[in-house]
This record gives sequence, structure tokens and C-alpha cells, in this order.
Amino acid sequence: MVSSQEVRKVEVPENVKKRLSIPFEENFFAGHTACQGCGASLGLRYVLKAYGKKTILAIPACCSTIIAGPWPYSAINANLFHTAFETTGAVISGIEAALKARGYRVKGEDGIMVVGWAGDGGTADIGLQALSGFLERGHDAVYIMYDNEAYMNTGIQRSSSTPYGAWTTNTPGGKRHFVEKTHKKKVIDIVIAHKIPYAATASIAFPEDFIRKLKKAQKMPGPSFIQLFAPCPTGWRAPTDKSIEIARLAVQTAYFPLFEYENGRYRINMPSTKKEPKPIEEFLKLQGRFKYMTKDDIQKLQEWVLKEWEELKKKAEVFG
Amino acid sequence: MPKKVVSGNYAAAYAAKHARVEVVAAYPITPQTSIIEKIAEFIANGEAEIQYVPVESEHSAMAACIGASAAGARAFTATSAQGLALMHEMLHWASGARLPIVMVDVNRAMAPPWSVWDDQTDSLAQRDTGWMQFYAENNQEVYDGVLMAFKVAEHRKVNLPVMVIESAFILSHTYDIVDMPPQEEIDGFLPPREPLYTLTDFDNPTAVGALATPADYYEFRYKIAMAMEEAKKVIREVGKEFGERFGRDYSQMIELYKADDADFIFMGMGSLMGTVKEAVDVLRKEGYKVGAAKVRWFRPFPREELYELAKNVEGIAVLDRNFSFGQEGILFNEAKGVLYNTDAKPIMKNYIVGLGGRDLTVSDIRAIARNMKEIIERGRLDREVEWYHLKR
Repeated sequence: MVSSQEVRKVEVPENVKKRLSIPFEENFFAGHTACQGCGASLGLRYVLKAYGKKTILAIPACCSTIIAGPWPYSAINANLFHTAFETTGAVISGIEAALKARGYRVKGEDGIMVVGWAGDGGTADIGLQALSGFLERGHDAVYIMYDNEAYMNTGIQRSSSTPYGAWTTNTPGGKRHFVEKTHKKKVIDIVIAHKIPYAATASIAFPEDFIRKLKKAQKMPGPSFIQLFAPCPTGWRAPTDKSIEIARLAVQTAYFPLFEYENGRYRINMPSTKKEPKPIEEFLKLQGRFKYMTKDDIQKLQEWVLKEWEELKKKAEVFG
Repeated sequence: MPKKVVSGNYAAAYAAKHARVEVVAAYPITPQTSIIEKIAEFIANGEAEIQYVPVESEHSAMAACIGASAAGARAFTATSAQGLALMHEMLHWASGARLPIVMVDVNRAMAPPWSVWDDQTDSLAQRDTGWMQFYAENNQEVYDGVLMAFKVAEHRKVNLPVMVIESAFILSHTYDIVDMPPQEEIDGFLPPREPLYTLTDFDNPTAVGALATPADYYEFRYKIAMAMEEAKKVIREVGKEFGERFGRDYSQMIELYKADDADFIFMGMGSLMGTVKEAVDVLRKEGYKVGAAKVRWFRPFPREELYELAKNVEGIAVLDRNFSFGQEGILFNEAKGVLYNTDAKPIMKNYIVGLGGRDLTVSDIRAIARNMKEIIERGRLDREVEWYHLKR
């Protein structure tokens, strides 16, 4: 057996390292317990690359609390506080307050990064109140919602972030066509309503864009929020080698557009600005979770996606 | 020694300030609110350097205190009744993560029906959360209790949170003289916290609270159980030291009042014991050989002290300002359980008193004394649990 640290003893010249758009530094090691093709753990790896080991992570009940490793192990080379499902916003607020009380610099280029890393259920549902409190009070910390569109850790139950038409174990399709009947909750809009300095969407399919946004969030004073699209092959009934492709299609179909909200201004990012959105079927067809959708369902979802896309474009036009 | 005339809540706020708390996260609820208002006033006037997090719920108050304490700060909060119940999940988290947070709970009755008045059921319902519980009889004990609570909680062999409990309005909003030692003497008693972990050692990162399989979880619980046992020693040592430094001894987890030669004693917790002591004086003049036992620390439970007391009395009247539905008063239930496997077998009767702030007077205690005397003379109970104030 070779340890993950040994694997990374690959010789890379310093001048090459400097030119990498994704930091070479690795703080999320092999040996973690994620499923194959897990989008969330890829996302967490990028977070730890961007922020380095001078980071305090708070992770509530979600896949990542398990993925990080059982006691006494940790695959994460940063300080990690596991916390209760609905508390991410409150716990990072408390950590930030303690660091300030103890005279540490928090956030910014050389400050300690306090990062909440929570799933969509822990953010959009049970943790929404604590998230709102954290945003409203203006703590210097970054909250990242990794969005795999259902309660995956408990075995694929729908959350308010689950899209219209999706199968989950509690929207199981069946004879009576019992699939998810509501559209995905626009958590990012709720976050932006708090008028925080910086909020953004990101995707594991576009790591350089994600890293750039993480770095921007680091520099911005006050609370920052990133909603990261992170496919879950297990829960989405998709091949494990298609996570990146699915995530890319989510952006290309405008189902999950990449944009930033910065001090009141909206900016749609490449590649969302590149072309007209592809048909939603291209995103749907790679995933077994959408197999119960009728033509009407697909039409309904398509209309919703385009309506939301138009709305975002208008925002970028008016508040760009 | 400097004295101030303060409410129980202000006594708590001054104690938090004198304990040099670094982070306070709290949410308003009657009758707790004036504790946090006073702390905010200290901050506003530049009298205290505290990071104050005005959270959006009690659940988040405890979660923020947990984050703060995990990051090495001395953290404090306060709540009552519904707020405490909302915190319940995180109370387990605080003790499980071995965080020495101190919280004042102003005892208030649980709704419905709505009540803002004194009742111990809110704090006693948190019995099994791994928090120590100190019940204050008066404003001085609220103040002293908070200072001692930090010292006990942060002791390297303990590392568990403490709840300091005072009565709604009877203490929280009633003014009394409180001795407050000079800051430098308090600093001598309570040095800065030395945390088990801080989340700020980036060369040796730690992960706190990860999954423990059945192969390990059991030992985590055992360690908390042992820390609670150890806490009894620490509480007695800290109580003794407090007495030596400031003249008020707290080395006994159960405070005895005229119990030495008593035929029977009244046992209870919190502010009602002030009334009981006064009643004992009156009853002594009337020829009753009675005393009082005030349980200061309900968790860890002072089993040894209770046994020593119980073997020398014929009867114990347990006054519970609380009730466990389907069973009996909670202190009564605990005390009986402690004595079951011992040779101490006093007659014990449970009087349910004062729920939802119903007044308990000296004449009520005298009536209870007459009833207890009859029971002891007859040698058997009339009934085990009596709802004393019931309208007939």
C-alpha cells in the first residue's frame, strides 16, 4: 500500500506549480469513503486546494461528514468540526466570533478561513434559518452549499432543491406517477436577498471558475456564499464516469447557470454566456432519476428552465 | 468586598463579565432577557471585550457557543423554558464535544398553557444531556455559581458544560445585595481557559465529532460518565477554594441547615429553599426537630452526601417544583433511587409544590411539617406523592 502523501511526492517544478490555475497543494487525501464519481468530494478537494490547510471546516450531517472518515481518521488536512444538521450557519458564526475574540485574523489573504460545507438539505431545508442568521449578521466566513439535489446520505430522499420530475425514494414514480412535483428552490436568490457582498453559483465541471470564485469569496469581507452543483451518480442513477459531463450539461442547458452576485451586481459567467442553452433532454437523458418524466413533464421543466434563465439574463442586464 | 444591589439576572451578567467571557451568543426570552441586555450594556459602555452574537434562535445560540468554545473561547449564554427545550439537541452536542460552556437557565414553566413563572421542569427535562446542573437559592449564589461553573467546567479532568439555574422573577427580577470580589481576585480564582483543542493548530489539524462505530462509541460515553464522577471531587475542591478566597464555602454539594439533630428534613432545590429555611426556624421554635437539605448540584448527583444525610433522619419531605408525568417529582425519584441499595431507609414523601410559579409560603411548609410528623409517628405513608396546593 502506498499512502496518499507518498503518491503526491511527484516532482513538479516550482515554475510549473506557479502556472497552475488549480493549486497543486492537496489537503483532501485518498482513503476517504465517498462513492465512485462523487461530485461533492471533488468539490471539497477544490475548496481545500483553494484555501489550504489554514482552514476551519464545519460540516453538518451530510455525506461529507461520513466521507471525511470515521474516528480516529480524517482524510482532511485542515481542522474539522462535525456538527448537527441545521447548525452550519450558527457554528461558523461562533467559530468566527471566537477567532476574533482570541485576536486572530479571519478571512482575507492571510486570515484563517472559516468554511461551512453543507449539503442542499442542510442548507435549503433544515439549515435555512441558521444560514439566514449567519448571512444577516455579516460574519467573515464562507458558506458552501454542495447541491446534489436530494438527501443522499439518508438514502436519496427529496429536498427542496430536488428538480421537478425527479425520482427519489420518497417520490418513487410508480403507477400513480408520484414524482417530484415542485421546481427546485432558488436558494441563491434567498441568499442574495440578504444583500451580502458576494454570492455565486459554481460547478464541479468548471473547476477553474470555482477556484476563482472561492478566492474571490476569500478576499471579500463579510459572509460569502457559493452554491456548488455536485452530481451524485448513486442518487441520480447515473454512470459513475458521467458526473463531470452531467454537471457540464446542467450549465450548458441553463438548468444551472454560472453567475456571480457582487456588491449588488449580477454577472453571468463563461460558459453560460457562450451559446444558447441546449435542450434540457440532454441533461436529463444521462440520469435514471428522470426516467418517469412524461413528455409533458419535460416540457414543463424546459419552460421553467428558460423562464428562470431569461430572468437571470434580465438581472445581469439591469444590474450588471 | 464590593457590594451591589442587583437582580438575579444582573448578578449572572456581572459574573459572566467578571469571568471574562469571550463570546456570548443568545436569543431573547422572558425572564432571561435582562441577563443578555446587561451584557450588551457592558459591551456598549466599553466595560467588557466580548464578541456578542445576536442569533436568530436558541438552537443557534447553543450552536454558536459550541463553535466558539470549540475554537478555544470562553463561551456563555442564557435562556429559559421553551428556549432551553429548543436547544436540547445541541446540549448533547456540547457535552459530547467536551466543551465547557456555561449557561444560565432561568427556570420557567413549559407551555401550554403559557406561563412565564418559576418551575424546574425545563431544566430537569435536560437531565440526561451531560450537563452539570447547579441550582441557586439566591442572587449571591447565581453570581458565585457562574464563577465556579467556569472553573469546574474547564477543569482538565472535567471538560463538560454547566447550567446555572435560577428562579423566574423570584430571583431573576428581584433585587438583593450581592458581594462581588475585585476583578484581580476573581482572575486569581479563574485563570484564562486552557482548552483541550482549539481548531487553530494548523500543523496538527484535528477532526472533532466524527462518526464512531459501535466499536468505539461506548468508550466515548464511558469517558463522559467518568468525567462526571470526577466532577464531584472538582466541585468540592472548587467550592472549598471559593470559600477560602471569598468567604462563602460551597464544598458541600448538598447544603444542610439545622439538619444535625433533625428527626426529619425538607429537601429541595433553588429559591424555594430560602422559604424552607425560614420555616425551619419557625418550626424549631414550635418544637419541631426539623432541618433542611438544599441540593445545590443535581448533576452530578451527590449520592454520597445524600446517603450520609438519609441514614441519620427518620423522614425526608422532598419538595419538587417540577413533575415527571406518569411518575413523580424528579428530585424525589432520584433520591429514592440513590437510597434503594443502601441501609438508609427514611420515610420519604413527595410534595409537588409551586408549579408555574404558585407561591410556596412558610405556612405551607408548616402544614407539610405537620403531615410529615403524623406520618413518622404512624410509621407509614398516607400517600407517596401529594399535589400539595390543589384547589379542593
